[in-house]
Amino acid sequence: MSRPRGWFRVLAVTLVLMLAAFLAVAQKNTIKIGAILAVTGPASNLGAPEAKTLQMLVEQTNAAGGLLGRQVELVLKDSGASPEKALSFARQLIEEEEVLAILGPSTSGESLKIKDVCQEGQTILLSCAAAEAIVNPVAKWVFKTPQNDAFATLWIYGYLKERGLTRIGVVASNTGFGNGGMAQLQKYAPENGIQILIAEAYDKDATDLTSVLTKLKAREVQAVVNWSIEPAQSLVAKNMRQLGMTVPLLQSHGFGNIRYVEAAGQAAEGIVFPCGRLLVADALPAGHPQKTLLLDYKKKYEDRFGEEVSTFGGHAYDAYTILAEAVRRAGSVEPAKVRDAIEGLKGFAGTAGIFNFSPTDHNGLDMSSFEMLTVKGGKFVLLKP
Amino acid sequence: MPLEQLLQYFFAGITEGAIYAIIAIGFNIIYNTTGIINFAQGEFLVLGAMIATSLAGVLPLPLAVAGAVAATMAVGALVDLVFIRWLDSPSVLRLVVITIGVSILLREGMLHAWDEKVRALRHFTGSEISSVRILGAHIAPQALWVLGIAGVIVAALALFFRYTLAGRAMRACAANRTAARLCGIKTRRLVTLSFCLSAGIGALAGCALSPLTQTQYDMGASLAIKGFTVAILGGLGNSTAAVAAGLMLGLLEAFSVSLLPLAYKDAVSLTVLLAILFVRPGGLFGRRESQRLKEF
Amino acid sequence: MRRYLPLAVVGLAVVGLQLALQAAGTVYYLTQLTMAAFYCLVSIGLCLLMGYAGQLSLGQAGFFAIGGYVSAVLTTLKLDAAEPAARLLSSLGILAERRDAYENFLLGVSPWAALLAAVLVTGLVALLVGLPVIRLKGHYLAMATLGFGLIVFRVVLGTRLLGQADGIGGVPPLPLLGLQVSGGRAHRVESYYVAWALVLAALFLAVNLIHSRVGRALRSIHGGEEAAGALGVDTARYKLATFITGAVLAGVAGAFLTHYNGGIGPSEASSMKSVRYVAIVAVGGMDNLWGTLLAGALLNFISLRGYLGSYDDAFFAVILIAVMLFFPDGLLRRARVGRREGG
Repeated sequence: MSRPRGWFRVLAVTLVLMLAAFLAVAQKNTIKIGAILAVTGPASNLGAPEAKTLQMLVEQTNAAGGLLGRQVELVLKDSGASPEKALSFARQLIEEEEVLAILGPSTSGESLKIKDVCQEGQTILLSCAAAEAIVNPVAKWVFKTPQNDAFATLWIYGYLKERGLTRIGVVASNTGFGNGGMAQLQKYAPENGIQILIAEAYDKDATDLTSVLTKLKAREVQAVVNWSIEPAQSLVAKNMRQLGMTVPLLQSHGFGNIRYVEAAGQAAEGIVFPCGRLLVADALPAGHPQKTLLLDYKKKYEDRFGEEVSTFGGHAYDAYTILAEAVRRAGSVEPAKVRDAIEGLKGFAGTAGIFNFSPTDHNGLDMSSFEMLTVKGGKFVLLKP
Repeated sequence: MPLEQLLQYFFAGITEGAIYAIIAIGFNIIYNTTGIINFAQGEFLVLGAMIATSLAGVLPLPLAVAGAVAATMAVGALVDLVFIRWLDSPSVLRLVVITIGVSILLREGMLHAWDEKVRALRHFTGSEISSVRILGAHIAPQALWVLGIAGVIVAALALFFRYTLAGRAMRACAANRTAARLCGIKTRRLVTLSFCLSAGIGALAGCALSPLTQTQYDMGASLAIKGFTVAILGGLGNSTAAVAAGLMLGLLEAFSVSLLPLAYKDAVSLTVLLAILFVRPGGLFGRRESQRLKEF
Repeated sequence: MRRYLPLAVVGLAVVGLQLALQAAGTVYYLTQLTMAAFYCLVSIGLCLLMGYAGQLSLGQAGFFAIGGYVSAVLTTLKLDAAEPAARLLSSLGILAERRDAYENFLLGVSPWAALLAAVLVTGLVALLVGLPVIRLKGHYLAMATLGFGLIVFRVVLGTRLLGQADGIGGVPPLPLLGLQVSGGRAHRVESYYVAWALVLAALFLAVNLIHSRVGRALRSIHGGEEAAGALGVDTARYKLATFITGAVLAGVAGAFLTHYNGGIGPSEASSMKSVRYVAIVAVGGMDNLWGTLLAGALLNFISLRGYLGSYDDAFFAVILIAVMLFFPDGLLRRARVGRREGG
């Protein structure tokens, strides 16, 4: 019985070796791009659309012949919005997979945690999180694609000032995004003549905000500003109406997902918030530099995944397309060259706005990347001035 | 504080308190029959709401809720049959750990069955912006539904335990399991029944709560902790006290918001939990001796 | 001497593994192995508590977090170097300078002083919490420890100073005899050895404890508390001592991992982490140190590598249930004379 077994073993080993060799060779020719996204867990409203978008884009690239003639391989890790998982995955991606760049993470907290690791590992990081601290102070290898919360704040204050609503109440979630927003709101209030009568942070898992909103109502605020990315955004709207509060509600650019409107139902009517143009692409004038790509992304995403686009997916879209464009312009996948190419991108149209990078500006967006949107008939529409 | 604000906090407090009370009652039912604390109790609420939102797409709301309650009861029975029933005089440690494992399993199951998105059941009456004025305070009609349903559950259970054979058998089990067996009561079946019942009332409460708080797959754990706090507060096994304790905790939390930053609201109930466990584990309404007599 | 044999085996395995990985060119596995080592420390402490003192604790993650956060807060302070008090403390070695990613020099508490503080704070909290907790049994004990862990989680999440939902970053490496405990590629191997040396030290202490009078007292408590009390064993004191030991081990692990990762977040205090520590002890055999070590190293490594994907938590739940249902004495049972189902 040993002879057949012996043959079998030799054959098996040979096959395995051949497979390994084949894989090794096959690997060599792909461009590896890493992604750390919060696909499941508390930030899944951000991470899930981001992951889907990247999947879709990588498939598109590969179908069209790849990048610089090579297939793109996406190495996606689900961090579940946990910073230490993000850290562990970042190290894995940099040291083992030796990726060209890391796209994501989805949340500001995670991004700030892995910023140093990427800097040290000289790996490009294109974060999909919004906190200003990610690119300020500027780290050579770290970029981000969402707009700055400072811009959103200024847009909100502009709206309020126009209508003489100067005594406001602010509620924000206790995450990096919420804290960042709270800080910006407080920073820019005095110079815009806004008085924040009361500011409260709530837990991102909060299920009932009537108690804190009662406090705001008692102080007779003229408007409420909410800053969060969690589903609690819808709760604020609903609770306000249940309490009989009729003052305007303004949200941050974290409101850019139709699910929040659906969750809030009729309470969402009239909410005003600054946002990128993705959600109102149809209403843009013909010839607007973003219009074509926005409509294209919207159609492809919605056909493929059967759900509406969100600005979060858009951030991942921008991160990938920026990277791809930089690789093309650099003509190589040498990290330093690609990095320089990113910094040299000007007038690059993305979903969040028109990007103008530079060695001192690793976000590339400005005030004009936003429009003021509102909710009408359960849909996002441009706010008519 | 102006009366209107006071009333506002009051209503917020009793609405949440009613839910805590229902969860605590769910704990008590299982505890009384089996001596087990079912850590998965919170998941029953979430599961009920999740199933209801799925069914609400095809069925009218009352049927969807009924279907969800029935399905969750089936799951409750399954939990008993698969994990608990055939254990032979297990230690408390084992049981605690097993029910914790079950709660995690249910949660992860819901995640993969439904995904991570937040859902909400349709408001039973009115919509997201309906508001009713009571003595100057504004309250959502759905909150009145929550209070109403909680009241009905408590009343129905009281009748069940007093007047039906099964209910009385369960009370016998609670008093003394061996004696009950000797009387010919099939304790094993009652255990399954108690799981069913707990799951059912949990699901119903979850459906009533869903329009107000929205439902996400991982909400079960924090609900369970609050419910447990209330159960202990009232004295483990004492469902009437659980109602009072629930309302108390709810009011405490609601009014704490007026004094403390909102972020510490949950810390309030946790502090109450630890305080009670350390100082008076028998609960506010329990007697010192009853706590020692219970087997651990 | 025979009792130390497993220690030697573990030590050899640690060295052997590192050399093997080096040869295979897959040195990056050391990162997850190092992190796993720190998590093992927690489970070892818990093993003593659960397996020997018979106390369930669902709040070890809370102590881990306390140790980590104390270290993090102290070492990331930005003090004014010009202050005379600062200069005095610097010269004493209590304050130390660190460099951040932007080439700035900042003055904070030195990592070793912070570590000492972390140990003290964790020990103190363990004492305060332990005193009432050890009197509880069964479900009440479980809930109290769970509640404690949750309070730590909520406090950390709600406090500005502790970084709220994003935690604290920018924590400097921990210097040790010219080596550094840090996650950087350059310090990977030395951090690995420091971490496992720590684990071996903890195991050494645990083995000594088990075979001492204290250990025998603990086992007698586990076997039957009233009987032990009747024999004159000061059950309360021993249980409290074990509780504090477990807590301090967790706190030390937390501090070290914080330096290794360069930061800490509220998820380290979550109840899910506590459940994992318990699961590992359960799988390894409640009172089996070596089983706990093996289970801890393996399971943590697998989880950190992301091999389980989004089924991570579900996996731990399943093995926890499976072990509890079918192997209540743990998968790696040791032949114990007179071992019976205890509380």
